Amino acid sequence: MFDYNFHWRPVFRDLPDLIAASLVTLQVASLAMILGVIIGLGLALIRLHGRGPLRWLATSWVELARNTPALFQLFFFGFGLGAFGLHLSPFLIVLAGLTFNCAGYLAENFRGGFQAIPETQLRAARSLGMTVWQSYTRIIIPQVLRIVYHPITNQMVWAVLMSSLGMLVGFRELSGETQFFASRTFRIFEYFAVTAILYYIIVKIILLASRLLATRLFRY
Amino acid sequence: MIEVSNLHKKFGDLHVLKGIDLTVSKGEVVSVIGASGSGKSTLLYCINALEPINEGSVTVDGVDVHAKGTDINQLRQKLGMVFQQWNSFPHLTALENVALAPRIVRGMSKREARDVAAEQLKHVGLGDKLESFPSALSGGQQQRLAIARALAMEPQYMLFDEATSALDPELVGEVLDTMRLLAEEGMTMICVTHEMGFARDVSDRVAFFNDGILEEIGPPSQIFGKAESENTRKFLSKVR
Amino acid sequence: MNEPVQFFSGFSVNDVWFMAEAAWRTLLISVFSISLGTLMGGVFGWLLYEGRFWATAGLAAILDIFRSVPLIIQLVLFYNFAPIVGLNLDAFASGVVVLTIYTAALVANVARGGLEAVGTPMRRAARSLGMSYWQTLWYVVLPIGGRAVFPSWIGVALGVMKDSALVSVLGYVELLRASQILITRTQEPFLILAIAGAFYFALSYPISRYAEKLEQRWAVR
Repeated sequence: MFDYNFHWRPVFRDLPDLIAASLVTLQVASLAMILGVIIGLGLALIRLHGRGPLRWLATSWVELARNTPALFQLFFFGFGLGAFGLHLSPFLIVLAGLTFNCAGYLAENFRGGFQAIPETQLRAARSLGMTVWQSYTRIIIPQVLRIVYHPITNQMVWAVLMSSLGMLVGFRELSGETQFFASRTFRIFEYFAVTAILYYIIVKIILLASRLLATRLFRY
Repeated sequence: MIEVSNLHKKFGDLHVLKGIDLTVSKGEVVSVIGASGSGKSTLLYCINALEPINEGSVTVDGVDVHAKGTDINQLRQKLGMVFQQWNSFPHLTALENVALAPRIVRGMSKREARDVAAEQLKHVGLGDKLESFPSALSGGQQQRLAIARALAMEPQYMLFDEATSALDPELVGEVLDTMRLLAEEGMTMICVTHEMGFARDVSDRVAFFNDGILEEIGPPSQIFGKAESENTRKFLSKVR
Repeated sequence: MNEPVQFFSGFSVNDVWFMAEAAWRTLLISVFSISLGTLMGGVFGWLLYEGRFWATAGLAAILDIFRSVPLIIQLVLFYNFAPIVGLNLDAFASGVVVLTIYTAALVANVARGGLEAVGTPMRRAARSLGMSYWQTLWYVVLPIGGRAVFPSWIGVALGVMKDSALVSVLGYVELLRASQILITRTQEPFLILAIAGAFYFALSYPISRYAEKLEQRWAVR
């Protein structure tokens, strides 16, 4: 029924390269998530307890990250910063864009998590003579992490999906690499179909790993 | 000795404590009674600096609790506190709940802390629940866990903030028994409570709070028998 | 043709008009896709809730694919697949098709959540009054469940609005693509990106705040 002849051979020839590019995708997404969790935690705490310009800054970060397209954010770190003579490498553009976005979304998750912990937990910890730092690292944050565990997993999936925007700023992660091969052979559909499957597999692996990790991490 | 003098505490416009004077000596058990909102719980929070104060002073063994240079974390080790909401740490087992603070605050080794914790849990009758998570414990058990957790810091004083108010009626007894046990062992205690039976039987003195003022204080026989203040009598006639 | 030709020059009034048109196209494709996708997603959600086990599992697995593959890949795939099966769709139509299915996949979950939010006792109460299945759905389940998931739906809709920027890869000149074109010409990236960002923000922020308020208000009751 089709006039079109599918040619899968070149795709399979390049499959090892695509898998290698998948690792780049995972790498940049994971890195963005690690930075995003740390920054997001900070943003949430500032929004909850900070005041003045710092609080304003944190709020702006969160709202900009959540209310503009991820691609816009990537463009900003791409040619937006170029206006100030700051030219990031494609890798850094994607990393910065993803980190900015993830931190913003995670900050809101963390904020909700902190608000879900009764204030009395902090009081109880403090009444035992723990410092504020000890109370947070030993009592509050472990509980918050449990609450935000699923949102963090979802955000990790989003980070992987979002990293595909790298192909629009010249970064050779999975999508960028696919585009490179596809434009070389004109087998666009075949290449992107295989890449879609690879993304699907990556996402499933992340979800599975997260579920396995959860049974290890959460004993209660 | 805990000495509270001319203590004032405000939450915004709300004047919660209006000049409280109270001295609790070593080995004494003082029950604090009064209507909700009369400032009883706030007094406890001010004693271990969980709330800042507006005027007056609180000293514990001669150390000014609210002075700038005071190491409050050091001081709080002397003051065990048990809350109305038992506040067990849900992510830790019973043993870890109790062992955590001795380890990270008192600097005990892991093993020492576990030994102390196990001992205190046995003390409050939870010797068979060491590895249970709070979610598997009843309210009464969680409250006893909270008592063990405070005791593991080897406090000189115990502050009880309505320790039985949030419990189902059938669970109140086990917690009161544990508190009674501590009193018999000679622990110095300040108990904010609605349990008049406990206040009468266990306390050396009973303090009646009314609208931010320490209206009357005296031995249980006085407060429950021949109270001097009209307000005290009125309150007691209502709760009984 | 006496338009001022200003290559590699500053930002002009015409450019503002150009961006406004592009913003309009962003709105257009979003509204189309969100409306169609919501209808479709609603039906999918209902199927997921009411369907037999295997049908439900099959549908859920298919919808899951659209949530596990980057939208940009879906767009490229469909755009290149359509001609293979003899469909000649332009960038706008392709964008609408892909965004609609994508929206439907997200809305299906939201809709199922809404149906689950209406408890069995409530349905039984309605049925016991003699209402038919469809009457119950229309007069009881839809108002109650719809209200429960309305904030989540707004979240999905705003997400799709922002993701519509990706249709630019097919050559559809929506706001972000227009910005890119202008940046190449005027070399004023910061100004132009700021305008584009402000447009998205001005649209998304008030609505998401409104949804948040609703959620809080409804949560209290």
